[in-house]
Amino acid sequence: MKIIISNASPDPIYEQIVRQVKSQIINGELEEGAALPSIRKLAQELQISVITTKRAYDELEREGFIDTVGGKGTFVAVQNKELLREKKMKLVEEKLAAAVAEARLLGIGHKALREMMRLLYEEEE
Amino acid sequence: MDNILEVSGLRKRYKGFALKDVSFAVPRGTIMGLIGPNGAGKTTVVKLIMNLIRRQAGRVEVFGLDNLRHEPEVKSRIGFVYDTPCFPPDISLLRIKSALAPFYPAWNENLFRRLLEEFELPAKKKFKALSHGMKMKFALALALAHEAELVLMDEPTAGLDPVFRQELLGKLSGLIQDERKSVLFSSHITTDLEKIADHITFIHEGAVVFSSAKDEILESWGLVKAGSRDIEVSDIPGLKGYRTGAFGLEALTSDVAAARRRLGPKAVYDRASLEDIMYFISKGNGHA
Repeated sequence: MKIIISNASPDPIYEQIVRQVKSQIINGELEEGAALPSIRKLAQELQISVITTKRAYDELEREGFIDTVGGKGTFVAVQNKELLREKKMKLVEEKLAAAVAEARLLGIGHKALREMMRLLYEEEE
Repeated sequence: MDNILEVSGLRKRYKGFALKDVSFAVPRGTIMGLIGPNGAGKTTVVKLIMNLIRRQAGRVEVFGLDNLRHEPEVKSRIGFVYDTPCFPPDISLLRIKSALAPFYPAWNENLFRRLLEEFELPAKKKFKALSHGMKMKFALALALAHEAELVLMDEPTAGLDPVFRQELLGKLSGLIQDERKSVLFSSHITTDLEKIADHITFIHEGAVVFSSAKDEILESWGLVKAGSRDIEVSDIPGLKGYRTGAFGLEALTSDVAAARRRLGPKAVYDRASLEDIMYFISKGNGHA
């Protein structure tokens, strides 16, 4: 698990943790069943309040990303495959949207962009 | 979460200073920062908890026990670090330790030895030969080695260099890895607390201004900045203090979201640090 806290970010620290853990679960860096550090350990490592780390874990748990097993610790939840796929689709969509926005700025048209994508696909195969 | 320390209605009057009904509680497994400008009453509160001075009214319960009726037991479970540690100057650290250890039933000699090494303390040197930072480290090693459940520190970081301040903060967050333990530390160096504290109690002129979770304070409070003619100070919701200068107005509010709703683009909204909060509450009510 990798977490980087920025004090310059306008987002509260707990949100930064939630976002980073979530994206690592969605992109598979954190696998199902992987153990997360305890809220106290994480607070110590990041030099932040245990209330902040607890809030982040509560939020992740509420959204179904992690499970806390009493006495054992906190783990990446076994994901509903459909849900995970949906989340990943959303990620793809976001990245495409960013690419489209960038293309617009450069005046690259719909057709040229599609052509680019086709080439990229073929490269992979 | 149960509380390791409960202070309620504490009063103490000196000439020209009074502590007015100070109440707050420290939950187990957390770090609380007691902040306030010099002379606000932080040290008086700490001394009352340790029963070093007589209270005039109020109660102090530590581990659920009254701090006067159960004084020996309460004190043996508190690790107290004063801003200027006071031990006999001509005696070596090891001998000071040997004199003190028998008072603590939970004394952990192995832990003490480990801490001496970790803090690079010269065990055979006389206390007076130590620098201020070293004296603080020694006092902290003694406090930690008797397995204190509550570590109580008065201005521990004042006069320490940044390297050791970081080390100390690390030690404190290490301490509460054990969720039965807690730390209460007073400081006017708010950046130390901004990092690791879970709760903040702010005292000003002998009274508690607020005592809440640090995140809550830092999220709801904020600074409102605007040209002096763009907004009226009295229009700012939750106003706690302000200053005006040649180029504009800067104000502290306890509800920056409400301020944003009411004033919209007429002002700029910023996060308030604990230092901003301390400054505006104690000073901010007029011109810069």
